[in-house]
Amino acid sequence: MARAGWGRRLLRVEFALAVAFLYLPIAVVVGLSFNESGQPTAWTGFSLDWYGSVLGNEDLLEAFRNTLVVGVVTTILATVLGTLLAIGLERAIHSPILDSLVYVPMIIPDIVLAIALLSFYNLVFAGLLNLQMGLWTVILSHVVFDVAFVAIVVRTRLRHFDRSIEEASLDLGAGEVRTFFNITLPVIAPGVIAGGLLAFTLSFDEFIIAFFTKGTVETFPTKVYSMIRFGVTPEVNAIATFVLMFSITLVLVSQRLREADA
Amino acid sequence: MRRRLLLLGPALGWWAVFLVIPVSLVIAYSVFERGTYGGVVPTLTLDNFARAVDPLYLRVLLFSLRVAVLATVIALLIGYPAAYFIATLPRRWRTPVLVLVILPFWTSLLIRTYAWIVLLNREGLINRGLEALGLVGEPLPLLYNEFAIVLGLVYGYLPLMILPIYSSIERLHPELREASSDLGATPLRTFVRVTLPLTLPGIAAGCIFVFVPSLGSFIVPDLLGGGLAIMVGNLIQAQFLKARDWPFGAVLALILIALMGLLLFLQAWLLERDRRQAIDG
Repeated sequence: MARAGWGRRLLRVEFALAVAFLYLPIAVVVGLSFNESGQPTAWTGFSLDWYGSVLGNEDLLEAFRNTLVVGVVTTILATVLGTLLAIGLERAIHSPILDSLVYVPMIIPDIVLAIALLSFYNLVFAGLLNLQMGLWTVILSHVVFDVAFVAIVVRTRLRHFDRSIEEASLDLGAGEVRTFFNITLPVIAPGVIAGGLLAFTLSFDEFIIAFFTKGTVETFPTKVYSMIRFGVTPEVNAIATFVLMFSITLVLVSQRLREADA
Repeated sequence: MRRRLLLLGPALGWWAVFLVIPVSLVIAYSVFERGTYGGVVPTLTLDNFARAVDPLYLRVLLFSLRVAVLATVIALLIGYPAAYFIATLPRRWRTPVLVLVILPFWTSLLIRTYAWIVLLNREGLINRGLEALGLVGEPLPLLYNEFAIVLGLVYGYLPLMILPIYSSIERLHPELREASSDLGATPLRTFVRVTLPLTLPGIAAGCIFVFVPSLGSFIVPDLLGGGLAIMVGNLIQAQFLKARDWPFGAVLALILIALMGLLLFLQAWLLERDRRQAIDG
């Protein structure tokens, strides 16, 4: 017993160190963003000046608006497609191959997807149709991986679904479409919203695929990337803090909605 | 049939157009000649593949492999005990603690990688701290080297190691461990003979989840490695956006896809073998 307690204590220390490792860098950036001097050298006082100077950066705000547009449109498309796919996989077909196929867009290295899509857009849109790449090509690209995440989240929700209420609805003469909108959708709604929030977060933060498929416009991550490449500036700390808090909030809300399943 | 088409059609159609065709295009490009301003000239050639084994590029590939293996092993060493700790917590604590560990993964990798520049650079917090403590005379070169890249990758993908290992440990019946210790095995022996083998599928999945994105990583070596074309992800980016040699970039991407496919195949085989043993045994 004494030995087990000892092992447990070691595990606890290891775990605490792992959590510190995961959160310390984030904490440092957040702390620095409020430091008046903006430098890690010394704490010169609390200040929101760096946030103010971010808000004055027109190019950055423009990029931010672009990313919101991409995120919203991508999320709508991915949520519809992903929800339909989840229902299809759960109800309309039994195929282990399709089940594992869903994971491919999630694990394919993003640089590979990025160059594949660039090649494709360059050939079809720029080459054949004479269209410029832009936010719309970023949207087409982000839907590719977002659909997979939505499908997986919604599917979990569907597994906890009591199907007898659907059968009751059908027995009472409601058509399939009506049953879907009046029964199925309201029941799986938390999963659909959770999946949508996740999809939005992923699109909001996605850098490399946007970098290759954006044409001449900038998204928020590509703009932030060029700022980072230019050098570590206090403004970037403020942006970083905002981005981190934004994603963390969305993911926590999404998680809350999914926990209703359990 | 109509129902199937309606439900599965849109998503699978999207993937056919924006995943299968583009990846096929990359495969096709790998045997074409480069165009002057990017793109390709449809003349068949195998030169692009020959170039991949040119010592200059082979070194990049081997370096990428080494870095990805190192990152995977370190993530496993940190991740396994952490996953074990979470999986053996009282039930109601497991989900919140797991969320705590996974949460950083859902935030921007770009930003999280940036945070390490702040910590590691010559004027950075770690060097300042070491100097203040009088441990070093002058700043240590922590940034823009292999160490920084491995650290960044472990940091970026550690949650992906913890998650599958956690599920495999959590699914394990505690009775198995109890039986082992009741029969007189020490905790260490129980771990090595019972827990570890039974959680091998989780370990395999975690290793793949860390290894694959590490090998193809662009942002981490780009920001923490000093911006040279040092890993295969950077090399691919350079071929497409700078050197305008798309066919060679396509070959490099194919190597990544092939390695990923091989690993997934191995994993599936491992799972299948495991399942059969479970049935036989």
